[in-house]
Amino acid sequence: MSRHPRSRSMGWPRRIAHVALILLALVFLVAFLLLPLATVFVEAFRQGVAPYLQAIWQPEARSAIRLTLLVAAIAVPLNVVFGVAAAWAMTRFEFRGKTLLGAFIDLPFSVSPVISGLVYVLLFGAQGWFGPWMEGHGLKVIYAVPGLVLVTVFITLPFVARELIPLMQSQGSEEEEAARVLGASGWQLFFRVTMPNIRWALLYGVLLCNARAMGEFGAVSVVSGHIRGLTTTMPLEVEMRYNEYDYVGAFAVASLLALLALLTLAVKTLLEWRYGDEIAAHAPGGH
Amino acid sequence: MNKLVPCLVALAGTLLAASVAAKDVTLLNVSYDPTRELYRDINNAFAAQWKAQHGDSVTIQMSHGGSGKQARSVVDGLPADVVTLALAYDIDAVSDRGLIARNWQTRLPDNASPYTSAIVFLVRKGNPKGIKDWADLVRPGVQVVTPNPKSSGGARWNFLAAWGYALKQPGGNEAKARAYVQELYKHVPVLDTGARGATNTFAQRGIGDVLIAWENEALLAQRQLGKDKFEVVVPSVTILAEPPVSVVDANADKHGTRAVADAYVQFLYTPQGQEIAAKNYYRPRLQDVAARYASQFPATHTFTIGEVFGDWRQAQAKFFAEGAIFDQLGAGR
Repeated sequence: MSRHPRSRSMGWPRRIAHVALILLALVFLVAFLLLPLATVFVEAFRQGVAPYLQAIWQPEARSAIRLTLLVAAIAVPLNVVFGVAAAWAMTRFEFRGKTLLGAFIDLPFSVSPVISGLVYVLLFGAQGWFGPWMEGHGLKVIYAVPGLVLVTVFITLPFVARELIPLMQSQGSEEEEAARVLGASGWQLFFRVTMPNIRWALLYGVLLCNARAMGEFGAVSVVSGHIRGLTTTMPLEVEMRYNEYDYVGAFAVASLLALLALLTLAVKTLLEWRYGDEIAAHAPGGH
Repeated sequence: MNKLVPCLVALAGTLLAASVAAKDVTLLNVSYDPTRELYRDINNAFAAQWKAQHGDSVTIQMSHGGSGKQARSVVDGLPADVVTLALAYDIDAVSDRGLIARNWQTRLPDNASPYTSAIVFLVRKGNPKGIKDWADLVRPGVQVVTPNPKSSGGARWNFLAAWGYALKQPGGNEAKARAYVQELYKHVPVLDTGARGATNTFAQRGIGDVLIAWENEALLAQRQLGKDKFEVVVPSVTILAEPPVSVVDANADKHGTRAVADAYVQFLYTPQGQEIAAKNYYRPRLQDVAARYASQFPATHTFTIGEVFGDWRQAQAKFFAEGAIFDQLGAGR
């Protein structure tokens, strides 16, 4: 986080290298991040504000926004519970298969999202393992909201746990042991000691998890069935509108997604800025 | 955290309630890519008619995607009441799983294809490469855009149109057809997965000199993206593409939507349905509607799949199955 380079007297060659590196990073950022981002908004407003508002106020767009938020609102809390539990287990207990659990947590990172989606189709689709049974009981998972939630949970599963584990590892369990000795109950211990220590990392995890949950395309595309206004999330709506030659509409919805991402980023930055010292105090070395 | 659990339970409850309450008169039409505009109009007209006749309001939900993928989704449980796909083979695939009666193609007139299309060329304004017929596509320096027949129904029609053209040339035979099609696919720089993707490649990304496409897709692209940018070229001979429709029997019976679903597919054959099809650049079956839109659909010699290839199952096995002719040509790379 140190803004000022340790400016002992630098020689010319070093200073040139210094400037060149900064320039390179800037050019890279502009070309690969800012330009595409700007394009989204330019294209969205190409025909003015009214068509833009019209595009995002269509029933299909509104339902896509609602669905995206709903899926994230279910998937993120589930993964918070799981992430905290997993991190707790991984850092506070010794048990057989601990490394295996660690590997499983990382699985969604290493599996292609399309495969994750297909796996659920193979499990819960009409031809899948549990398909006929669920059909008989009137349960719908694939091509319905539960399926979207399921794959989103799978895809975003590692974010919270991976954010917490290194922190909790480095913090150790002395404080908790002390609390235990002083007679704290399990829940007291968790909410009064552990939670305050991990809350910033947890928040990071939630933000990342949420960003991915709202932006996921591949896995969601496989289990969605693309029923307009019913099972299309915002990323799918973007693709659909692009395919319908509705470029303003596509980019308008895309701009909303981008806005949500920017908002997440803003919240994160604000927190860092507001509580910088506190975060630093709780962060493991160099995190 | 202890407030979270009741919240979640409530949420799940609302979800369940919502999915149960939505069982009024709702139809799901699972269709292929280029029919979005067509069915938007059809659905409005049908809903109005149904309301006028029965007093019930019917909502038709749409799902669009590559034809083969859509068929697969229905097999996997996408609850379609009606399928309107790009080719009969895809509906056969759903029928093979027992969701649609075997005789689906004879339950409705005209091979269950209420509208047709031809396979035509879309070229850039002024036709700079002078493309007039299939033979021009394999001239040196001509780049052709067509999607991948493995994944796209439209691409299969394109392939068969090219094959049929070569067969029908003087002295044409299987070997010559094979040689022509092989040469043709050497001129294809990129095989998109779907028809709409190929159109976007050609029109938006500016790749290629000619797009082989459904006539409806070519005319729509011209309307959407500018008449001043593209021209439609109708070749001397081409295939009459017959995109079929069917009620998905198992689902319609389960949902209790049989009557509406039947009326919906039959609506496509009515003068009003035919008019809407023609407006959306599909060739209508009804003669008097066709006559009114004659200027939009230039006359050309067409052949059907039945006349040249038997039926879709045979064509699929011969050309597009694993290791069949398309694979042998090495065009899929």
